[in-house]
Amino acid sequence: MTSATFPASEPKPSWTRYFSFNTDAKVIGIQYIVLAFFYFLIGGLLAMIIRGELITPAADLVDRTVYNGIYTMHGTIMLFLFIFPVLNGLNNLLIPTMIGAPDMAFPRLNAVAFWLVPIFGTLLIASFFVPGGPAYSGWWSYPPVSIQNPLGHLVSGQGLWLTAVALSGVSSIMGAVNFVTTIIRMRAPGMGWFRMPVFCWTALAAQTLQLIGLPALTGGAVMLLFDLVAGTSFYRPEGGGDPVLYQHFFWFYSHPAVYVIILPVFGIFSELFPVYARKPLFGYVYVALASFIIVGLGLVVWVHHMFPSGVAQWMRNLFMVTTMLISVPTGVKVFAWLGTLWRGKLRLTTPMLFCLGGLFNFVFAGITGIMLATVPVDIHVSNTYFVVGHFHYVIYGAAVMGVFAAIYHWFPKFIGRMPYEGLGKLHFLLTFVGANLNFLPMHPLGLMGMPRRVSSYDPEFAFWNVLASLGAFLLGVSIIPFLLNMVSSWVLGPRATHNPWNAIGLEWLLPSPPAEDNFGEHVPTVISRPYGYGLGQPLVENQEAIERELNLQEARA
Amino acid sequence: MTSSTPRLRPLPLIGLALWVGLLVLVSVWMSQQSYRWLPVQASTAAPLVDGLFSFETGVGTFVFLAVISVMAWVMLMHRAEKYDESDAEPIEGNTRLEVIWTAIPFVLVMAIAIYAIRVNTTLGVLGPMEHIHVRDPLEQQGGYPGDRLPPESVEVIARQWSWEFRYPNSGVSSTELHLAVDQPVTFRLVSEDVLHGFYIPAFRLKQDVVPGRAIDFNLTPTREGRYRLRDSQFSGTWFAANQADVVVESGPDHLSWLKQAAGQPLQSGISDAVQEYAERGKKSNPGWATVPPAPPPQVNVPGSNTLPHDA
Repeated sequence: MTSATFPASEPKPSWTRYFSFNTDAKVIGIQYIVLAFFYFLIGGLLAMIIRGELITPAADLVDRTVYNGIYTMHGTIMLFLFIFPVLNGLNNLLIPTMIGAPDMAFPRLNAVAFWLVPIFGTLLIASFFVPGGPAYSGWWSYPPVSIQNPLGHLVSGQGLWLTAVALSGVSSIMGAVNFVTTIIRMRAPGMGWFRMPVFCWTALAAQTLQLIGLPALTGGAVMLLFDLVAGTSFYRPEGGGDPVLYQHFFWFYSHPAVYVIILPVFGIFSELFPVYARKPLFGYVYVALASFIIVGLGLVVWVHHMFPSGVAQWMRNLFMVTTMLISVPTGVKVFAWLGTLWRGKLRLTTPMLFCLGGLFNFVFAGITGIMLATVPVDIHVSNTYFVVGHFHYVIYGAAVMGVFAAIYHWFPKFIGRMPYEGLGKLHFLLTFVGANLNFLPMHPLGLMGMPRRVSSYDPEFAFWNVLASLGAFLLGVSIIPFLLNMVSSWVLGPRATHNPWNAIGLEWLLPSPPAEDNFGEHVPTVISRPYGYGLGQPLVENQEAIERELNLQEARA
Repeated sequence: MTSSTPRLRPLPLIGLALWVGLLVLVSVWMSQQSYRWLPVQASTAAPLVDGLFSFETGVGTFVFLAVISVMAWVMLMHRAEKYDESDAEPIEGNTRLEVIWTAIPFVLVMAIAIYAIRVNTTLGVLGPMEHIHVRDPLEQQGGYPGDRLPPESVEVIARQWSWEFRYPNSGVSSTELHLAVDQPVTFRLVSEDVLHGFYIPAFRLKQDVVPGRAIDFNLTPTREGRYRLRDSQFSGTWFAANQADVVVESGPDHLSWLKQAAGQPLQSGISDAVQEYAERGKKSNPGWATVPPAPPPQVNVPGSNTLPHDA
């Protein structure tokens, strides 16, 4: 039994590796995250235009065609170029370090999956500049409106959109194969399933969903592309096709996609609450397994997006029940987090504040989610702003806030410097207030009957729309302290120790930032469950020696 | 936090009971308020939908406030002291609690689901359930069982971007939908181009209109007034402007409207899209490509879509 040793200091790797075909998961992780935030800014700018148009009832800021293109691209960019890539970035950083693997199972495939993102991203952005403008049929891209192709050219915004979405699917499938294989095959000695951190459980669950669901969307998109450019009639009613068939392909993936997004965020909450409450995760085994209950149920709920599309009554009732059942394993997680916080010793750091704010928003979204699941209420509010409000509470209020929490929490580990608390707390405050001011007014709008995707509306909707727009502009401002914090602390921030938050986990037994191959030959043997706060048991064999070595190394630097 | 078992002492228990009682009161109040967030009730479906929504608002408010109360409590009472670097008491779980908080949400959502299924069934009996069939003129002659055949049927034709309403029994067509109060009506929903959504918020009813299908859709208006019909499934450039007015009037008024309308000559109906398209053509930089709007339908009565409406 040898204690871990680390080389004194390696030559500092060049920053140019971030712009190269690099196979190091930690480099790829940062590539994913930085690129995702580049697209986040573009998607956010489009959101500002949307809310600028909607601050008045008339369609007066941009032409209606431009509005339709912009809302379509906002949704597409935020989902396919921001949230999925940013989560894949976290997966790349966290999975190998948390399970003690030197890298991902297929490093080159990993790099290919990443480099597809700028390729389809460029393709998507380029569609702004083709004759006729970008796709305008919403991120659902329902036919027949999506295959109308007004100019009749072979290359159209919609065609580029479909190509980009298909490539995004290919990239995500490559990523999923990699993540699933890595988690199953490359865990440290001693790390049985029930010694694995919950983030890895949720990543495994989410990536399993990707593998099952994505082929449906990718296939459906390719068929739609054929209808658009090759004259096939998969969905064209005049050729005997069925437009509703597309909706099944689309939602069979795109509802589970929401779980692909939210499950890793549940993982982030489950990692961070114990650290900042100084207590073990309450009911670890159940929380871990609940992810897979969500996977199973998540695959059989997609028709709830189609209640007004013309489906049979028995189908409506069946999918209503399955959808409502999902709230049970989800509730288990929420209660487990509350149990973790209960009688803890809370430290309200920036990451903790983002987790608490995210949980607040998520609970609200869960309740509107139950309302949407019940068919009679859904019939009234589907395709209205109620759904837009619900969705943004989940994606922005919970998921994006969870991603921010993760970034503040793990920034010291992978960048080697500490982010600034003051700017972080300002960022949290603006985000939390902005998100609620932006998305809460959407609920009364939907209940009153304002359809989503409209470029103009009746004057009775003006009041709540003005509030929503003000909230959106506040959210736009909220990103400034974040960017300032990231750039300044990356360059000038105080050096991080190997474990600045006093957290338990394999990644905190690595230097900050870790060496390219993480533990290299000296992967420690895991001897206890994660989150052993207050239990006084070491996580791995020879933990004291490893930490002593890390402290010495830090003292020398 | 000195005592290890604070839950068993009477004072905290009373405090907890009072707090839960307060939350129940707030939840009941919210469930009553929820009716005010919705448009006026103008169909037989509306009170059923609103009742379910009110129930969900009450339950939802309670669950939300209960969770937030716990969060607020721990943030106020269970903060680490400054410079306290130690860990809290390690509680790893509690099987009984975990069983309880699986069972309670399960029972709660199943209760909501049963309520919703019952509303759904009643709505189906009332008539809004659609009957889908291949669009074929012959099928109309087959008819329906006599007792379920409502006295009036209206053909609704959705286009990019206008709504046309035809009353085959009276030989009338219009771009404003007129209905008699308290009389069941059957719509036959068809689309000439893409998906549209037939959505009247005051009726709480919505049904996609699917090209290539004819969808039968029944409802009964219950309140006189002027309401909005909005396209609810994105249909392209002028989707937002694809709205029509729905006038619910008394039986005699409706009959006289039909009679008067039948005598009117055909003229261009309302199509905001056609108007805007013409203005757009004059601009030097009109925007991105669009499908041109269908010409305005030729109808007996164009009606209006600019009068003040109730919902």
